[in-house]
Amino acid sequence: MFGQSILSLVIWVPILAGIVVLATGSDRNAPLARWLALAGSLLGLLVAIPLATGFDTATSAMQFVEKKAWIPAFNVFYHLGVDGISMPLVLLNSFVTVLVVIAGWQVIQDKVAQYMAAFLIMSGLINGVFAALDGILFYVFFEGMLIPLYLIVGVWGGPNRVYAAFKFFLYTLLGSLLMLVSFIYLYYQSGGSFDIQTWHKTTLGMAAQTLIFLSFLLAFGVKVPMWPVHTWLPDAHVEAPTGGSVVLAAITLKVGAYGFLRFILPIVPDAAHELAWLVITLSLIAVAYIGLVALVQADMKKLIAYSSIAHMGFVTLGFFMFNPLGWEGGLVQMISHGFVSAALFLCIGVMYDRLHSRQIKDYGGLVNRMPVFAAFFMLFAMANSGLPATSGFVGEFMVIMAATQVNFWFAFVAATTLIFGAAYTLWMYKRVVFGSVGNPHVEEMKDVNAREILLLGVLALAVLGMGLYPKPFTDVMHASVVDLLAHVAQSKLP
Amino acid sequence: MDMQTLYLIVPLAPLAGAIVAGLLGHVIGRTLSHLATIAGVAVAFIASVLVFQDVLAGHTYNGTVYTWMVLGDLRFEVGFLIDPLTAMMMLVVTFVSLMVHVYTIGYMHDDPGYQRFFSYISLFTFSMLMLVMSNNFLQLFFGWEAVGLVSYLLIGFWYTKESAIYANLKAFLVNRVGDFGFILGIGLVLAYFGSLDYATVFAKAPSLAVETITIWPDSPWMLMTVIGILLFIGAMGKSAQFPLHVWLPDSMEGPTPISALIHAATMVTAGIFMVARMSPLYELSDVALSFIMVIGAITALFMGLLGIVQNDIKRVVAYSTLSQLGYMTVALGASAYSVAVFHLMTHAFFKALLFLAAGSVIIAMHHNQDIRYMGGLKKYMPITWITSLIGSLALIGTPFLSGFYSKETIIEAARLSHLPGSGFAYFAVLAGVFVTAFYSFRMYFLVFHGKERFRQGHAHGNELDAHHGHGGTPHETPWVITGPLLALALPSLAIGYMTVESMLYGDFFGNAIYVADRHPVMTELNQHFHGAAAMALHALVTLPFWLAVGGVGLAAFFYLKRPDIPAAIAKRFSFVYSLLVNKYWFDELYSWVFAQGARSLGGGLWRRGDQGVIDGLMVNGTAHLVERFSRLVKAFQSGYIYHYAFAMLIGVFALVTWFARLN
Repeated sequence: MFGQSILSLVIWVPILAGIVVLATGSDRNAPLARWLALAGSLLGLLVAIPLATGFDTATSAMQFVEKKAWIPAFNVFYHLGVDGISMPLVLLNSFVTVLVVIAGWQVIQDKVAQYMAAFLIMSGLINGVFAALDGILFYVFFEGMLIPLYLIVGVWGGPNRVYAAFKFFLYTLLGSLLMLVSFIYLYYQSGGSFDIQTWHKTTLGMAAQTLIFLSFLLAFGVKVPMWPVHTWLPDAHVEAPTGGSVVLAAITLKVGAYGFLRFILPIVPDAAHELAWLVITLSLIAVAYIGLVALVQADMKKLIAYSSIAHMGFVTLGFFMFNPLGWEGGLVQMISHGFVSAALFLCIGVMYDRLHSRQIKDYGGLVNRMPVFAAFFMLFAMANSGLPATSGFVGEFMVIMAATQVNFWFAFVAATTLIFGAAYTLWMYKRVVFGSVGNPHVEEMKDVNAREILLLGVLALAVLGMGLYPKPFTDVMHASVVDLLAHVAQSKLP
Repeated sequence: MDMQTLYLIVPLAPLAGAIVAGLLGHVIGRTLSHLATIAGVAVAFIASVLVFQDVLAGHTYNGTVYTWMVLGDLRFEVGFLIDPLTAMMMLVVTFVSLMVHVYTIGYMHDDPGYQRFFSYISLFTFSMLMLVMSNNFLQLFFGWEAVGLVSYLLIGFWYTKESAIYANLKAFLVNRVGDFGFILGIGLVLAYFGSLDYATVFAKAPSLAVETITIWPDSPWMLMTVIGILLFIGAMGKSAQFPLHVWLPDSMEGPTPISALIHAATMVTAGIFMVARMSPLYELSDVALSFIMVIGAITALFMGLLGIVQNDIKRVVAYSTLSQLGYMTVALGASAYSVAVFHLMTHAFFKALLFLAAGSVIIAMHHNQDIRYMGGLKKYMPITWITSLIGSLALIGTPFLSGFYSKETIIEAARLSHLPGSGFAYFAVLAGVFVTAFYSFRMYFLVFHGKERFRQGHAHGNELDAHHGHGGTPHETPWVITGPLLALALPSLAIGYMTVESMLYGDFFGNAIYVADRHPVMTELNQHFHGAAAMALHALVTLPFWLAVGGVGLAAFFYLKRPDIPAAIAKRFSFVYSLLVNKYWFDELYSWVFAQGARSLGGGLWRRGDQGVIDGLMVNGTAHLVERFSRLVKAFQSGYIYHYAFAMLIGVFALVTWFARLN
């Protein structure tokens, strides 16, 4: 019955569910809001599953396409579709939404319905970002998803949330506005179309390409985030509640990286080749510089936030190697980082819920009281260090391999993550988990409960599954990546 | 049952045991946990024996288990290469692992982490088997990192012990430095060969023998040299070669069974195995081989010297392991791969034996590991004594014992090699014989002979002592401990004599190891070889034998007759002594340059870069700029009517001018 409109369902089911939760829930009947939210998120995941089962891995064309006129005066369409690049991201988002609903189950006691609704609505909007094939539609989702995120940080956030939200706003605004200007320019150049795939074919002069490249780079680079426009992320993470951090790290950062593949590389390929050195340099700085900065963080969330920046550096580095290994490595890294960073922020959440501190020095010897938690945390710490047989290895390995094909020194700098990644993650792990019980508060900590085991267990399976058998993921991507690479290799100069 | 199934059973049986003991350990209890893991490893051992027989019958195998990832023409697979080299490693790994599993029942008897320990060592066995059975670089790296992970978990097994959790982090990070080189080497292999499959890469290697690569502008390097050295850097981490050796002595913080299994017999030899496996690549670069030989020689001699001044029974054996790994590396550099692997095998038996015997002594001493507080244990622990003696004699290269055949051949190989650095290597391995004999028998005499010093005060051990109680007469350990000692003593005695001919000079390894005609060391060795017995008898008139005798004699004189002399020497040559006691200050250097350096650099980048320039200047600066601009704009909104009127006038004037120009 809904076979023709799966993507619409994927977008609107969570949003409608969010509205229902908002309408029915109040703090007097919080359990209802929770159960409704869980049902909504599960339904959202359920309607997304046909995307995977019905996906044709042989074609690079857009699939599950829907196209209806929206604003005919400006040729704006309600145009949706996914390919091998966006489909895994839609699934990842729908999956993570279920996790954050469960993660907020007991922790959030204040404005439960609003909290749950914000996540559900954001989930739908992010699915829209990944599925939109129309520039204006994309822009609406792209900006729209930030509203719930602001609210999550602003309402349920920590003491310094205003500064964090302000910083995030300042960063994002600049990029978004420039992106909108580029969209309007592209509309005129393409003869009056907001269709993204039409933009892919539009010829552009070098000067225009360079300007569009820079505006897109700023818009998407802030989201990734790339060095040096990354400093909003650690602040936002520190202030965000656990669920906010999970979505921020696992999903919203991917929106930025996705923009590289959907917009920058295919729309302005000549500028992208010309300015590849810039992105490569920034990516390598992210890997090495940020790796060192992560080492000295005293706040666990900040540490993982910096680690996220370093890991996302691999994504952008891979994209600008212009070969299948690099692109698919970058995409695999995006999904893997979705699992691993979500898991690590959940781990920090588990500790924070018990001790109300994120400072490394307030812990120590956790394993004595929380052995099951310590085992999970170890697995995710190792995944963050890129240990083979975890998902964290796959993308890093592919990108390092891709970089060696291009330039030995790119690979050399990138591979320092083997050392830095292990150093900052395991040093933190040592100080938090190993050792004798650090203080009386740790002495009283209880091991993970069934709900937390469920959350961490599901992610553990995902991390191990993808590490041991990444083939299904790359199979989905391969046709689209190869086709797009061929497209990007051709000049679009008039 | 077909052979492919059997190959799969070898690694999967220990994995199953590890999962059972790890996830269900607390449900099924201690006995079932150790039974499950021992059964898993026993099955793997029996299957390895069957595989070995099959390989001896001439059947090799190279095939895929499953495809990990496909990118167009690029395939990454998990698969097995079963040839004589693999089959031998499988036997060594499963046999030593089985012995260590049994031994652990006794050694870890009172430990609350009993099930966890069994789970880890079975997981290690699985990982090590995947490493040696691999038919491609990717899976090699999987196994490589997986054994590193289990090593990390096991060194830090007693996680409340501050020194243990320091040591395991250090071990992991130093290994990661090696892996850094290793993965770049793998990257270059993929970039130039288009495949990570051993067979494909080795077949293509000769055609790339003269390929150069520009790492630095205007100075082309031979591709094979760069790949060879990068891969070897990985081996330097895993096999603890100078200057990445610093983690191995500290790894002794882990329980003794894993020191035997991981940090002596198997994991640390992974680097040796890897280079031997890559012989078709290494044979193409004399520079890489020279590099390997010199690194090995430095490790063999200078790490051995450190063994002389150690007082911790396990650390003496650890430095001995470092030194012996150096011997193997020298053999690799001399293109005597089969000799390196042969020494790997004999060393696995006698060094596992020495560690397990040391563990037996440690139990009797209530976890006091200081050999200055032992002595005279011979009469209390006859089995531990005799097996230790066998292990020590094998280690120092006593003719007819296993270590003799492998070590003697390494010395000869170094002598016959013509590569740059072989002169130094020959000197180092020769001098190493004396050093090995001296530190081994220093320890042996201090532990088993002389005055009984274990009743002297010094009752601090670690927290594990609590339930043991002190004093009393030491007694022999139970059969689960002495049994494995005896089982390892047999191969330590005889395996060299039995296998030297077929492994070194027969066609045992077949095509598994390739030696170029330019490196005729093995051929020349073969000309001098007239059977195992003749070799041992001939050794009695050679220099190494008398160096070993001298080492033992000096140790006996110093530590049984005149214990005052070593102390006097230490005082007289205090600089040399403190150089050795401080392990050449490598730990201090690394901790200062790398650990401190990275933290200072990270802190500097964070405070100056992120907080200073980016946030301070750019982000908040932008905010300040906006604020300043708005102040400026605010000045225009003065509220005075004549200001506005004046501005309007100027505006009108400007617009009129503009329109006039347009028309």
